[in-house]
Parts: sequence; C-alpha cells; structure tokens
Amino acid sequence: MTEMTTTLIGSGAAKATEQEAVRVSQEAAGDAEYTFSVEGLDLFYDQTQALKNINMNIEKNHITALIGPSGCGKSTFLKTLNRMNDWVEGCRVTGKIQFEGKDIFKEVDPLALRYRVGMVFQQPTPFPKSIFENVAYGPRIQGISNKKELAEIVEQSLRQAVIWDELKDRLNESALGLSGGQQQRLCIARTLAARPSVILMDEPTSALDPISTQKIEDLALELKKDYTIVIVTHSMQQARRISDKTAFFLLGELIEFNDTVDMFTQPSNAQTEAYITGRFG
Amino acid sequence: MTSLAQKKRSDSIMTALFVGGAGFAVVLLVAFVGFVIIQGVEGMTPEMLSFGPHGLGDMFFNTVYLVVLALVGSMITGIPAGIFLAEYAGNGKVTHWVRMAIETLASLPSIVVGLFGYLAFIVMTGSQWNLFAGALAVSILTLPLVTSVTEDALRNLPDSYRQGSLGLGASHWQTIWNILLPACFPRIMTGLIMAAGRGFGEAAALMFTAGMSTDIDWTNWDITSSSCPLNPFRPGETLALHIWALRTEALHPDAVQMASASSAILMIMVVSFSLAARWLSWRIDKKMGGSK
Repeated sequence: MTEMTTTLIGSGAAKATEQEAVRVSQEAAGDAEYTFSVEGLDLFYDQTQALKNINMNIEKNHITALIGPSGCGKSTFLKTLNRMNDWVEGCRVTGKIQFEGKDIFKEVDPLALRYRVGMVFQQPTPFPKSIFENVAYGPRIQGISNKKELAEIVEQSLRQAVIWDELKDRLNESALGLSGGQQQRLCIARTLAARPSVILMDEPTSALDPISTQKIEDLALELKKDYTIVIVTHSMQQARRISDKTAFFLLGELIEFNDTVDMFTQPSNAQTEAYITGRFG
Repeated sequence: MTSLAQKKRSDSIMTALFVGGAGFAVVLLVAFVGFVIIQGVEGMTPEMLSFGPHGLGDMFFNTVYLVVLALVGSMITGIPAGIFLAEYAGNGKVTHWVRMAIETLASLPSIVVGLFGYLAFIVMTGSQWNLFAGALAVSILTLPLVTSVTEDALRNLPDSYRQGSLGLGASHWQTIWNILLPACFPRIMTGLIMAAGRGFGEAAALMFTAGMSTDIDWTNWDITSSSCPLNPFRPGETLALHIWALRTEALHPDAVQMASASSAILMIMVVSFSLAARWLSWRIDKKMGGSK
C-alpha cells in the first residue's frame, strides 16, 4: 500500500491502468485505514478545469500538507473534501471521494459530512457572538441544547485548543474583540466542539504573526493524535515542520505525493524539486 | 501646474462647502423641530392631552397602534423578501421581476396606495374604515424599504460568517437564522425606524383606509367591540391625519392650536422613537462587536 500511495501520479491515459491497480488493491485492502480515498477526481468551474484526475489517500491521524503555487487547486481540493464547493456557482465534480469508506457524493449527507470534517479558514471566522456561543454553535446546530452539556463541550474544546486559560474569564465577551491569533485558535476550538474526526485547514496561519503561527503549528501537532489533519499551506517550511505527508499540486494536477521527509530531501519529480527549492512559486 | 497654495486653497474651500452642507441639514432640522414644538406647546391646554372626545390622546394611541401593526406587516413581508433576494435568488428572470416589482412599489404615490387599500381592504371586504386596513396600506408603502434594507444588510456581511457556519455543518436556514440575521439586526432595525417614520407621518394612504374618525371607550376591553381601543378593526384617525383635518375642515375656534399641539406631539413621538431605536441597536451592536 505504501508504494501505491507514494506512486507518482500524473494525468493522461497512460496512467489509467496504474490508477485502476491502485483502486483495486485499495478495495482488497479495505478502506478503513484511510480517512479519505480520492479516485479520479475532476473539478470544473464552468468550463475551466481546476482539478485534473486527482488520486490520493489521506491517512488517519496524520498531518497531510497540500502545497503548490497560487491557483494550483490545493484549496479547491481541500474544500471538496467536505463539500464546501457545493455553494460555488458553476462548480462541477466528477470522480469519487470516500470518507471512512463511504462515497461523500452519494452515501453521505453533506451536512453530516461537515459535522465529521471540520474546517478552519484562512481568515479567522468568528461569529459576532460571545466566545462561549461561538464554541457552542456546532453542538447547538447538531441539536444539543442542555446547558451543562454545552458548558462541558465548550471547556473541553477550548482546553484542547490550548486557549482555555486565556479565555476562561472572558467567555461572555464578544469573540470579535480577540486578537487574530486568538480568533484563529477559537475557530479551531469551535471546529473541535462539533466533534469532527478530520480538521481541514486552509492556510490557517497566513494572516497571523510568527508567534501565533507557532502556537497553531504546535496545536496541529498535538491534535493529530486524535484527528486527521489536512492543511493547505503557502509556506514550505510549515509543511516541512508539521506534516507527515506532503502533496504537491501544480495547475490542477497532483504532481507528487510522498512522505514529507522524502519529498523535501529527494523529490522524485523535477517540477517538485524546482518548486521546493524556490525556483518558481 | 497648480501651485501648492492653490491646492490648499481649493481643498479648504471644498471642505468648507461639505461642512456647510452637513451643517445646514442639522440647523434646518433643529430649527424646524424647535419651531413646531414651541408653537405646539404654547397653545396647548391640559384638555388637549387627555384621552377622549376632546383630547388628542386617542389619536396618539391610534398612531402608535397603527405603526406597530404596520411594522409587523412590513416585517413579515419585507424581511423574508429581503432574505430571498440576498440569499436564495439567482440572477434569473424571477429575480429580475421581483426586483422590478419592488422598485416600482417604492415609487408609488401614497394616495394611490391609499385608494388601492380602500378598494381592496374596505370595499372588497365590505368593512368600515379600520386601523388594520390602514396598517396594511402603510405596510405596502414601507415594504420596498424594509426589503432593500434587509437585502443590503445581508449582502454586506463578511462572507466569513457564512463560511464559518456552513463549514460546521449548519444548513442554509440555520446559518441565516442563527448567524446572519442577528448580525445584521442593527441595520434592519435602522430600516424599521425609517419605515416607522413613514407610518407616523402618513396621511394620504390612511384617509380612505383607517378613516377620519375615532370613537374609543377606554373602559371597554372587549376586543370584538368596535369601541375597544385594542380592536384593530375599528376606525382610527391618526395624528397626522388629524392635523390635516384640523387645518382644512375643522370649524371650532381652537382648531389651529389643536393642530399645532398635534404636530408637536407627533414630532416628539418621532424623535423619541428614533432615538430609542437607535440606542437599542447601538447596544446590540456594542454587545456583538466586543468591548475593546
């Protein structure tokens, strides 16, 4: 299986049999060990193809980093994993994504999928509500209204996001009064409160200062014990520091997907090498 | 090339012009409000402030009641319409027609709406003048305002609210109800204040709907009775209409003072309502925006 996932994946007919092989062997092995299995994913914005034949497996309790220059499709790919592209007008997807063995386009309700696959955005997205209500929002929309239960979830989530000590006396203050770094960690806590198994992060530190960035990175490393994390990042250093696996996207194609250490020390593709050594980007 | 001195001079001239324009509006308002209130209070007698056939109390109550009914009416039609336009409508033909209908509605003269109200709510239902019909007529007038304010308020919210909520698995409706509407509450509130102002001041649309008479028995609390103050299906002359009636048709000697007093009361009502509503939305805004 490891060879399969580290296989260089390009596009085009020549690769078709190889992909078939990946798919078959995957089915034989059972999908349970992967959080996501993506097969032959194409995505179009109207006439423009933004993702071309993506095949990859995302492993449980790992941090998978998606890197590549702007417009390469990495964020689009991330948003496809919890179907946040559903609201984008003219967005069309073909191919298959399995989440814990189930086809997310056919077998899983998109709302239920997003309960399990949380998302943290580039800009912190606190709601204009109190800190408590921000964190309690996920459980609330899932129908939990017991005050004691909510309070427990809020505390637990804030602790997990290592922001409880900073915020425990300010739970009734508006979340909009927090600093950017605090807001982002609050949003992570809010995501955790919804009890997901996967956290998707879309350049979560690009709007933050270095100290806040470090806190988020430490947090991601801490969280991967219990969660599967997929992170889109502009910073190759960040991918290197925290991820176990790295996927390099270019012009909508998945150029290379490998263990982070291998990818950064001995990239097997010339374009990957050119990108990670800074020759373009 | 313009010299530095010229640049500075034209800059200060334009600044003065803008400050002057803004200042003029404030001076005009203060002078106007002051004039109306002083004139009204001067000729006021205690009897005028009483409830009953000789006072203005009944009209005051009718005005408040009608505005409340009209606001409810424009809220339950205008806010959903605004939500539809901002959140659900695409760029198709239907949206185009809805938008055009609302714009046309906004430019209807109020007397036309009044006559329509007379036809639809009085003649066709075979009822007498009543407050409810008046409130519906005012709702029609304020519907476009409430709709466009709601739509603009929703559209101006940061996209992050929507994303954050949807990303947690909330449905579109949960997002609108729990996040978006509360977030634009202060702005919708402002729209409702303006709508209420329209209701306070409206006369033409009420002439043939709410009627020009009022007969309230303040001891009668049987809501089905036509003299019960709270019965919306009774005739109810509002202050604005009363002013008009006093200045054009009334024959009794203190009609002019009565009209001035009515104007003063109406003015105080509008100003205090507007201040109270602004204070409320400021409080909410502050609560949501974080106390920094």
